[in-house]
Formats: sequence, C-alpha cells, structure tokens
Amino acid sequence: MGGELTYLYAVVRPTASLDGADPREAGGVADAPPRIVRVGGIAAVVGSVPEADYSEAALRNHLEDLGWLEEVARAHHAVVEFLAARTTVLPLRLATVYRDDDSVRAVLREGERAFAGMLDRFAGHVEWGVKVYAEPVAASDAAAAEESAESDPGRAYLRRRRQQRNARGAARSAAVEAVTRIRETAGELAVELVGHRPQQGQLAGSGAGENLANDSYLVPGDSSGAFHERVWRAAREMTGVRVEITGPWAPYSFVTLTGPDLPEGVRQS
Amino acid sequence: MSAYEEVPIAQRQVALIDLLDRLLSGGVVLTGDLVLTIADVELVRISLNAVIVAVRGDEGAFGSLLPGASDAWEGATGERPG
Repeated sequence: MGGELTYLYAVVRPTASLDGADPREAGGVADAPPRIVRVGGIAAVVGSVPEADYSEAALRNHLEDLGWLEEVARAHHAVVEFLAARTTVLPLRLATVYRDDDSVRAVLREGERAFAGMLDRFAGHVEWGVKVYAEPVAASDAAAAEESAESDPGRAYLRRRRQQRNARGAARSAAVEAVTRIRETAGELAVELVGHRPQQGQLAGSGAGENLANDSYLVPGDSSGAFHERVWRAAREMTGVRVEITGPWAPYSFVTLTGPDLPEGVRQS
Repeated sequence: MSAYEEVPIAQRQVALIDLLDRLLSGGVVLTGDLVLTIADVELVRISLNAVIVAVRGDEGAFGSLLPGASDAWEGATGERPG
C-alpha cells in the first residue's frame, strides 16, 4: 500500500489563461501539488495521493470523519477556485480517484467531445447560491409588557404560544412568497436553476432560522450584478424573511445536468 | 428585521455545508478505473446527519412546501428563446 493514486479535481482547457499560473499555489489534497494531465484540447488537473489514504477501504473510513471530509473538501475547492479565477472549469465530484494518470487519460480521450461541449456551455457563467430563511420575529416589547401584566400564568403561557405560532406561520408564508418572487424575477436572468435540499442539522448553524429554499442559479457573469439586485429586491421589506447569497461558485451544481449525448465514461449524476 | 443582508462574500470563508451541497451532490461524475464513487458509499453509515442532508439533495425538496416550484424550475431550466 505504499503506492500513489491520482486524485482528479477538474477538467479544463489548457488555454493561455493558465499559462504562467502555477496550480501548486492552490495547495492541494494531501498536500500534493496539483499538476496537469493533457489529452488533445482537454486537460485534467490532478494530484498524486497516497494509496494508504485513498484506497477504497481507506476512503470509506475517512468519509465518516467530518474533520477529514472538511479538509479534503476545502483543499479540493481551493484548487477549483484557483482554476475558476483563470478559465472555465468543470469541477469533479469530491474524491474522484483513479488508479493512475493513464486511467485519467483514457477518460479524457473518451469524453473529450463531451467535455469540450460542457466547457463551451459554461464559459462565462457563474453559479450563485440563494438561500431563503423564515425567521419568525420575536414578540415585540409591547406584547411582552402586556404579557407580563397578565395575572394568570396559564393564560400568559397560552398567549405566548399562540403568538409564537402565528409569527412562525407568517414568516413561513412570507419566505415562500419570497422564494417564488426570486425564482420568477431573478430566475429570468439565469439560464438554469437547481434546488438543493434545504439545509438543516448541525452544519446548518443554529439561530439561522428555517431554511426553506437552497437554490443554485447559473448566471451569465455579466448579469451577476442585476441578478443580485433582483434577489434583494424580491425579498426587501418582507418581515421574517432572511435571504443569503453565496458565490460566485464554479458551476458545481450544474455540471451534473449534462446533455443526453455523453459518451460512456461520463455519465449523468 | 430586514430581508436585505449583504454579506461581504470575498472576505468570508465558504460555509462547509454550502461546499458539501455542491461537492457531494454536484460536480462531474465519471466512470472508468475509479477507486470508488461517492454515490456508491453507503452514506447512512456516515455519522454525519448534516452531511447526509447535503448528499441527498436531489429529492425534490420543495414538493409539498412550494407547489409552484416545478413551474419555476421549468421556467428557469427549459429552453427559452433568447
């Protein structure tokens, strides 16, 4: 098990915009300097990783370790970001590991036309994440004062519960309305929309409200400003709604949704 | 409470959950002489509930909550003139 495997970050065109760029600056998974494997007009950005950590069994074990997963995810992302700042990039799913560089070359050769088509399609586009939260507004000071004046603690409790329920319902309705508006107005500027599952659980963070929509939009780069403007405008002055935009991202959420003409070796997720 | 919340994106570290949404359910999926694919990993075994949420991101999250979502989806993904 002392050997090395080939970790694949992304597929790019080896264009002039990458000349002079040293992908080693981007770090790399397992501290392995990223390098380029080229076949014709397509290139894969790869790194050599120790088989001891990236064999099938080792990977399965490691993937249960959130610390390990985060480290690899951030290292993967750093390389993708480095490339995305310079050229169109097709990011690979996390932990795409081949036996060796020759296996990568075989995949590039087989998929060259499909990769080229995808690179054309995503050129000049960025992904923006738009998350919409329902954040019920806490009872106002006036209501709190009224409540403290309530002599019967049982009735005060019921009143408080009713207020909370109402606030939650109102915030949810408003958030759903915001999502619809954003999809209608900002969505017009996007070429694609993908809905991720709303975020919940420990990683979603506490006190962030209830995430009702976790969308990704593929937007032409020069429409990004207008896109943001429409997102903010759609939810402005809505009570109990919080909107968060993340990005720009490489088109992670969209490269899986490819055309039906992919050759064997490149399949739809 | 305002809906408007401009985050200084460039200065902020990407949230892990946003990254995992994309890296575990997005990204090009290849076949060939692979060691393994994430899709083949029995993720229920992973003791990371939060991550499972990210991985199972393709279940049509809005089905019941937002009945109009499928229209919006088609509106944005369909082939539109211009």
